[in-house]
Amino acid sequence: MALFFSKTHEWLLEGDDKTVTIGITDFAQEELGQLVFVNLPEAGDQITAGEAFADVESVKAVSDIMSPVSGTILEINEELLDAPEMINDAPYDAWFVKVGDITYHEDLLTEDEYNAFVEEEKA
Amino acid sequence: MELIFEIGSKGRHLSLLPQCDVPKVEVPEKFRRTQAPHLPELSENEISRHYTKLAGRTHGVNDGFYPLGSCTMKYNPKVNEEAAALRGFNRIHPLQDPSTVKGALKVMKMAEDALCEITGMDAFTMQPSAGAHGEFTGLLLIKAYHTERGDEARTKIIVPDSAHGTNPASAAMCGYQVVSIPSGPDGCVDLDALRAAVGPDTAGLMLTNPNTVGLFDKNILDITKIVHEAGGLCYYDGANLNAVMGIVRPGDMGFDCIHSNLHKTFSTPHGGGGPGAGPVGCKKFLAKYLPGLCIEETADGKGFEMVKAPQSMGSVKAFNGNFLVVVRALTYILMMGREGIPEASSNAVLNANYMRVKLSDDFKMAYDTTCMHEFVMDLAPLVKETGVNALDVAKGMLDYGIHPPTMYFPLIVHEALMVEPTETEPKEVLDQCIDVLHEIYDMAHTDPDYLHGAPHDTVIGRPDEVEAARHPIVRYVWE
Repeated sequence: MALFFSKTHEWLLEGDDKTVTIGITDFAQEELGQLVFVNLPEAGDQITAGEAFADVESVKAVSDIMSPVSGTILEINEELLDAPEMINDAPYDAWFVKVGDITYHEDLLTEDEYNAFVEEEKA
Repeated sequence: MELIFEIGSKGRHLSLLPQCDVPKVEVPEKFRRTQAPHLPELSENEISRHYTKLAGRTHGVNDGFYPLGSCTMKYNPKVNEEAAALRGFNRIHPLQDPSTVKGALKVMKMAEDALCEITGMDAFTMQPSAGAHGEFTGLLLIKAYHTERGDEARTKIIVPDSAHGTNPASAAMCGYQVVSIPSGPDGCVDLDALRAAVGPDTAGLMLTNPNTVGLFDKNILDITKIVHEAGGLCYYDGANLNAVMGIVRPGDMGFDCIHSNLHKTFSTPHGGGGPGAGPVGCKKFLAKYLPGLCIEETADGKGFEMVKAPQSMGSVKAFNGNFLVVVRALTYILMMGREGIPEASSNAVLNANYMRVKLSDDFKMAYDTTCMHEFVMDLAPLVKETGVNALDVAKGMLDYGIHPPTMYFPLIVHEALMVEPTETEPKEVLDQCIDVLHEIYDMAHTDPDYLHGAPHDTVIGRPDEVEAARHPIVRYVWE
């Protein structure tokens, strides 16, 4: 199990079974503000790296959540649909989707690299 | 305050309701409800006080300055209401014999002609009842055009990232895929990004000009040419028409179809949920697909008739849309006249630039250049210096009796306050607002907590928007 990050502020947890779990980072939820709606894809959907696979809505705006990988959705976190506040409360527990059959992934960052990247963004 | 369901008492009634003026019919048994509806029962006194109290909790153009960017909250002259109150306009029915409503038909034809003249289009439908409704209708025109040509590979609509959120939403509603293109550093369309985005799959482009940051896109002719050369059509979102009416025409910029928000540009009431009107205009080659019934002069030139366009898409709203809004808009256009219409736009631009320049000492402008009818302030530096953000400044303005500017839009400016003063405000009102913003700016440095807690003097302060969105209560539950 290894945790990686994307420059579009998603986290990816690599499972032992070659699947990945995706969510958004603490920095992302902080920037978005209190979330009030989440749209998730459906199990079986194909997602493409660099394209939106979900969106979240705050009282200010709707924002796309980009996929850092290409693959097939195995499972979605249905709990988020009723309780989007879980993303604000515990962003690293509030996973969005589990993805399998991964054919491609973007260059990902380690935790240290991501933290440095966020510091740069803030500056 | 109490809801209307919480006041009154069983058996109270009033004489405000008119007599029934149509034959009574029996509702068939199977459609009848088994339980009587819970309706509030109030005396006239109670109901009058209830709505007066509600009115006291709102802010409209009649209460004070309303510089809500992108919404054109101009003052609506009362003469518009006088025209709309004429019995020949408000006591008619759409199913009446056309020969008995010649005046109403003439109003729609005159409004259509005036809008064609102002926008450079060839035909209009009055059916759509709002801007987004117009966008949807306009995109259906574009779709009908491609479909008739058998060009069904065109599945994408290009929308700049500064667009109103309704643009991508309307495109998606029409079954199109939305391609968002980034704006350049000057806030305008990035021509290279546009060239890279167009192709044989491009159905069209949706654009406002001036755009959502209040700038007139100087490359507009190149933009529409690039889209046309790729085989796509160009849709003009008329949301910002107030900056250019009578001065430059979307039709001459190369647009093929547009909507015009009568309730913004042509001074009919809005902001309370409608009714609005978003008539859609198009060039001649698209007119055959227009929805509803078009008004045409009869062959003898003595009257008007309602005719369905040859390949009409059907109807997007009943009859001819919100007719009385059209009456108000036409009244406005005729009162303003050929000289007054461009003068209104010029003054809207002048007022915006006056405020922009006067505020530039304290506030950072997102785009430091001459603007059109509105401008965007970027409060990021103020947040960094003081912790006071765009929301706090907006809330602070409420204590001065000013409706705040649009917040956090366009999305490409993160701490945006978007100010649209409109042409109907006198200089004193602009000066007062400028003073208020300077005062708030100083307060942000001396007493930021006061602004974090603002407003202090209004009946409603900071409603819990998050709770309201997450757990909305949209109906009254009887005990």
